[in-house]
Amino acid sequence: MNGISLFYIAFAYVAVAIFIIGFLARVWKYAKTPSPLNITLTPGPTSTTGVVYRMVQEVGFFKSLFYSNRIIWLGGYIMHLGLALVLIKHFRFFFTPAPASLAWITTFEAYAGFIFLAPLLFLFALRLITDRTYYISLITDYGILALLMLIAATGILTKYYVRTDIIDVKAFVMGIVSFSPAAMPMDFIFILHFTLVMLLLIYFPFSKLMHAGGIFFSPTRNQADDPREVRHVTPWAVKG
Amino acid sequence: MAEITKEELMTSAPKKKEPDKAPKLTGKIVKPKIVRGAAGHNKPYTAKPELMEKLGFPGQLVDNWQEAAIRKMGELLEKYKSLQVYMDICVRCGACTDKCQYFLSTKDPNNMPVGRAELFRKVYRRYFTREGKILGKIAGAVDFDLELLAEWYSYFHQCSQCRRCSVFCPYGIDTAEISMAAREIMDSIGLGEKYVVEVLGKVHDIGNNLGMNPKALENALEFVEEEIEEETGIPVKLPLDVEDAEVLLVTPSADFFASPHMESLVGYAKVFHQAGINWTFSTKASEAGNFGMFIGNYGQMKKVASRINDAIHELRPKRLVVGECGHAWRVAYQFWNTLIGPFDTLNPKYPRPQHIVEFTLDLINRGALVIDKSANDEFTVTFHDSCNVARATRMGDKPGGQFELPRELIKAVANNYVEMDAETIKAKTFCCGGGGGLLTDEIMEVRINGAMPRMQALHNVMETHGVNFMALICAICKAQFTAVFPKYGVPREVAGGIHQLVGRALVLGAKE
Ligand code: HEM
Ligand code: SF4
Ligand code: SF4
Repeated sequence: MNGISLFYIAFAYVAVAIFIIGFLARVWKYAKTPSPLNITLTPGPTSTTGVVYRMVQEVGFFKSLFYSNRIIWLGGYIMHLGLALVLIKHFRFFFTPAPASLAWITTFEAYAGFIFLAPLLFLFALRLITDRTYYISLITDYGILALLMLIAATGILTKYYVRTDIIDVKAFVMGIVSFSPAAMPMDFIFILHFTLVMLLLIYFPFSKLMHAGGIFFSPTRNQADDPREVRHVTPWAVKG
Repeated sequence: MAEITKEELMTSAPKKKEPDKAPKLTGKIVKPKIVRGAAGHNKPYTAKPELMEKLGFPGQLVDNWQEAAIRKMGELLEKYKSLQVYMDICVRCGACTDKCQYFLSTKDPNNMPVGRAELFRKVYRRYFTREGKILGKIAGAVDFDLELLAEWYSYFHQCSQCRRCSVFCPYGIDTAEISMAAREIMDSIGLGEKYVVEVLGKVHDIGNNLGMNPKALENALEFVEEEIEEETGIPVKLPLDVEDAEVLLVTPSADFFASPHMESLVGYAKVFHQAGINWTFSTKASEAGNFGMFIGNYGQMKKVASRINDAIHELRPKRLVVGECGHAWRVAYQFWNTLIGPFDTLNPKYPRPQHIVEFTLDLINRGALVIDKSANDEFTVTFHDSCNVARATRMGDKPGGQFELPRELIKAVANNYVEMDAETIKAKTFCCGGGGGLLTDEIMEVRINGAMPRMQALHNVMETHGVNFMALICAICKAQFTAVFPKYGVPREVAGGIHQLVGRALVLGAKE
């Protein structure tokens, strides 16, 4: 095995560790920070089942965004859909043989990357075009979109133009997953793609991408509207 | 923003560009192009040192204010899940940018909900995140300096904590929570808002926001009794501090004194009289409002609410009913049970606490009151959903009861009812512009602007349907609209309480 392979294998372990530990630490913080008062946004569900349903609608369909701004919803929703397809597609790298339950993905196989990339471009443009979003956009906001676009673009390139050997890639990834490292395919586009993904994983827990975990802890959406029936008690609030 | 000194920040006179002028009424609410800094000159008077100290805050801006503010921020981040999560997860998607009444009217991008929140996040990122510490300005992390503090003071007092932004955010990010935290931090370093700090002082000293002592309260109630008797010939009583009554009514003190608030007081009294329910006010609990919420200070909020608990123990009522007030109903509905509950001594057959609209509508539905709707025939009525009632409370047992019950009650006492534009009512209602501690005259420009979207919608129904009465269920809405209506060329009398209509239609003396 060559030096580059060894470097990348170590890099991958570090990046994945930072991602997992960082993500969990952040989510742990959200979970354990108290919510002293019931501040649910009304009208809202009055039961826990209702809260779950509300959350499913938000996470699954971006419901509030749909009623708030159709254009952002369109870009955002398709982008996340593309992301989900891409992730599912990649999932197959981690299993041999690839699970039959994921066979349907082959239908989207060819498009997933584009379903992810096109809306990213759209969202990037939207930030620049509307004066209000231009005002609030930070360099990191463009940066994350750019990073995701590069990941999508290099991913598409490995498939259509460079034709990285999928067997080699699978062997490399399985090697990392099973802690018995295999050599990295020496293909520039693939190496670039892989590097960018590792950077994304490292940056994720420190960035606004934590919305993926944080959305479940938003007190205006995850509390039931029942303050008259159920006394909401957290230790500091009852003492305070 | 130009260089600023501590003294300038603490001086009370806001810099005025020109006299307050209302936007034109066209009936349309347009999304404006942004104008940077357009509203940056607005700021309320800062609180006097003696009054700040009475509430346990430093009298004026402390020397190490930056360090103290950051420490306080850290403390709040550990105490409030809302603040911690909302700091992290905003993706700056822009969905909320055109949803705040203060942005739509002032065009100032710092009045966009996310623009406002970013004033806070800049500091959060700089001192509390690795991203901000490493990437600095690239990640929008900024030193907390005096200029930024001045922006905080200005823009966090141009938010009425109405929660409209939260409805439209994919994560429900509630800028009200961020404004409350910002004000709590500013108070903790000695930068308080005069209006709210004074009101809180009055509640602690005298018992209500208006500072009416027990004697004045007694006189006010007697005066209303005389008025009703003169008008109807029937001796309707407004009892005070009666022990073991069926109902303790807690209402905003403005109801005892201000106009058109007193008309609703007359309405409440007639309802109790006619229903034959033994009821009382309390000198101890002569205020339903709770300005502790506006400054995000839990201790203040609890202290103000504890007066209600004292009254319950003193007078031993069986039921607790709350009068017409938006933020008061939020504190009562969402927070009282936590702050001063559980209400074990109150009758569990009724909601604890119950809103006066729930109370009166229930009586009407049970046929306990005789109503002559024609008494309100001179009015074509519309209804303004108060922001706090709409988005932070409920009435009845079904979600959305806070929209349906007031409308049902209006329709039960008046024949002509018209709804305003669907985009401006119910969960999407706009704030009156004077909520959240902004009901003070030195920021009249902010208030006039904040009222703009509601004024446009009202203008529409006035033109097309001849609406001449906008029914309200909030003491702040009532005071705000009577103050800004003239600026927009609308007669003051168009604003009034729901129980004003109830009082007019209720037939005294009649029994089924
Ligand atoms: C629980 C999972 C997730 C949910 C519910 C979710 C939801 C959302 C929503 C509602 C938005 C706002 C709409 C928009 O601007 O597109 C958004 C934005 C965004 N999300 Fe997610 N997301 C999730 C996971 C992720 C993940 C895993 C990533 C990336 C690796 C991601 C990347 C982004 C980006 C970059 C934006 C900002 C788009 C822009 O700049 O306009 N999301 N997300
Ligand atoms: S809608 Fe929510 S996530 Fe989007 S910019 Fe506004 S606060 Fe941030
Ligand atoms: S809470 Fe209301 S006033 Fe404050 S930013 Fe949101 S919409 Fe504007």
